[in-house]
Amino acid sequence: MSSTPKIKSKKPINGAEALIQCLENFGVEYIWGLSGGAAIPIFDALVGSKIKLILVRHEQGATHIADGYARATGRPGVVLVTSGPGATNTVTGIMTAHMDSVPMIVLTGQTISPMLGKDAFQEADIFGITMPIVKHSYLVRNTNDIPRVVKEAFYITNTGRPGPVLIDLPKDVTSGSFIGSTLDPDMDLPGYKVSGKGRLSDIKKIAKLFTESKRPLLLIGHGAVLSRAGNAIKRLAYKLNSPVTNTLLGKGEFPETDPLSLGMLGMHGTAYANKALTRCDLICSIGSRWDDRINGNPQKFCIGAKKIHIDIDPAEMGKIIQPDASCVGDARFIVEELIKYVKPCDTRDWLKELDGYRQQYPLKFTQEGGLTAQYVLHALQEITQGNAIITTDVGQHQMWSAQFNLSIKGQNWLSSGGAGTMGFGFPAAIGAQFGRPKDLVIAVVGDGGFQMTFYELSTVYNNKLPVKVLIIDNKYLGMVRQWQELFFDNRLSGVDLEGNPDFVKLAEAYKIKGIHIGDVQECHAKLKEAIEFNGPVVIHAEVIKEDNVFPMIPAGKSAYEMIIEPPSKDKKLEKPTGST
Amino acid sequence: MSQGTIQQRKDMHTISMLVANKPGVLVRCTQVFARRGFNIDALVVSPSVNPKFSRMTITASGNPETLDQIIKQTAKLIDVIHCGEHTRQDAIDREYMLLKVKGGSPSQRSVIRKLVKPHAHILDDSNGALIIGQTGTTEELDALEEKLKKFGIVEMVRSGKLVMAKGKEAT
Repeated sequence: MSSTPKIKSKKPINGAEALIQCLENFGVEYIWGLSGGAAIPIFDALVGSKIKLILVRHEQGATHIADGYARATGRPGVVLVTSGPGATNTVTGIMTAHMDSVPMIVLTGQTISPMLGKDAFQEADIFGITMPIVKHSYLVRNTNDIPRVVKEAFYITNTGRPGPVLIDLPKDVTSGSFIGSTLDPDMDLPGYKVSGKGRLSDIKKIAKLFTESKRPLLLIGHGAVLSRAGNAIKRLAYKLNSPVTNTLLGKGEFPETDPLSLGMLGMHGTAYANKALTRCDLICSIGSRWDDRINGNPQKFCIGAKKIHIDIDPAEMGKIIQPDASCVGDARFIVEELIKYVKPCDTRDWLKELDGYRQQYPLKFTQEGGLTAQYVLHALQEITQGNAIITTDVGQHQMWSAQFNLSIKGQNWLSSGGAGTMGFGFPAAIGAQFGRPKDLVIAVVGDGGFQMTFYELSTVYNNKLPVKVLIIDNKYLGMVRQWQELFFDNRLSGVDLEGNPDFVKLAEAYKIKGIHIGDVQECHAKLKEAIEFNGPVVIHAEVIKEDNVFPMIPAGKSAYEMIIEPPSKDKKLEKPTGST
Repeated sequence: MSQGTIQQRKDMHTISMLVANKPGVLVRCTQVFARRGFNIDALVVSPSVNPKFSRMTITASGNPETLDQIIKQTAKLIDVIHCGEHTRQDAIDREYMLLKVKGGSPSQRSVIRKLVKPHAHILDDSNGALIIGQTGTTEELDALEEKLKKFGIVEMVRSGKLVMAKGKEAT
């Protein structure tokens, strides 16, 4: 923020103009939005502003774009929509950001204050609707409150555990005269406490547990990415000689290509990472929330192992797993401090054991019987060598991409983890490309998810963004089909996507290059051509229809019950008891 | 009081919070309870010494293992300054109750008058009904309710617990 934000001119301004000046003072580069009646004063104030307004095609797209921008840069994304349906269309995007602790500011137009609660045209109680899925929210009642609300929103959204903040702005508030004296007022947040660097006594207690450990395991989550703890974690892992695993959202903060990395753990994690869960005598989570995709069954999670929890959110302590030692605060500061107090562990036998699992149960795929998703994603890895921002939707393609596209840097893997939002990947890639224009950005999406948000191809074309979209098309909602095959006697219900459009033609309709990949022979060359193309490309990879993601830990089961190889067709598996 | 209610009271928790007087703060707090299956039995919102803040006292029943999580999630809300559970050891609690009992005959009314003394007060005696008010602990109010049952309780309203922690510190 600039040193002394002043009101630009002497001429009287309205609430919307005050709002935009505040956003400018916070260094906002972009606003992604879609206009509408109640938001017209705000769009009017954007005329001539140095903030670039990007008109999207759907409000959900705007939120995922802002989300991708935030995940790729660490800066909050800003969304501007109108009231009623414009506002409700942001709900999925807000919830996605909330579940994954992403900073985002959502500005919604609202009907005029005197009409609130009277079923005015395009009135929706978005403040009420979004209450459970925001970090905080405001319904602004007074024009002069706008600078304070904006300042608080920016402070809240990206400090502590980040999360979305919604600001609902009635039209009379934005069009009313701003007669406040400053755009930089004091904040009024007596209840907001940001956890700091962690208590030294807690850190020492954690260090002591490590000295007693022969088989330690570090678990890296999204919190480590958000705090940019990667370098510190690397030093810690090497001082301890400890293997490292990561959650889906923790990918890259500790390079997955590092010899100490076991890759992703959990439901579809690597067999060796999950084997490590069953064998470790200590597990130390750095910024993960022991999500159900990881623990499977909290009662049977790392039985007998000491659990250590490092997290910035005190409410995460004991929520799922009761830790033996814990420290609340910023991951980077805590790990940096922890390094000073730990001693190297003798893990030679432990690392040897894990290497054995790595040899015995590698991730694998077939090159026979047609083009597989794994083959395509493996080829993508060969081409990018991890030097790309990869975004995904949710489902089979997401898990295969997580397995085969190894991340070597934090902020390079943008996936809807907690929410599992279909349609997230493509708009998130747009946001990442806006935020990091020089980097290669690839959206790995499913044929189902892409059809939920492909309308943002317009945004790609209009803004000349060189985003690459790789559609893994198996003409199914594949992950649900996999469950139905394995656990529901292959009774397929509501998963068939036969009749998909010709995605190459769809891209061309938006004046974007389309490339089709249909077999193994042409895969590598065509993929390379697409990735190296100077501009956006939609790559339509038609893969075999029936394929399953393994390893798999059925929902509700523990790592001890991991299925590594596809079970034989006649083997009946019981229905999973865990959530989804 | 029925057995069921007595049983329920064992899982009852009293949670006191200091909150900023911001729009929506009550809904935000109660959502945390509802989402985690806690039934709110009583809720009191009142001004605090500082006009910027309000005191909320929630009496709720539910799984005690969930309570710790509820308190943490509530404390995490931006507009909540403090949230904690109180017990008889560390705090004083009182409730107020109004009961409407059928008046019946003059002799019955005089029995009731004697019965409720000395803690409860007859606040109204008209149109064939008595309105009785009493301040006390939850158990004392339960006892009065039990005593008056046989006369026919037409209506009952209770304030919900007010609590104040012992000691010189504000909580």
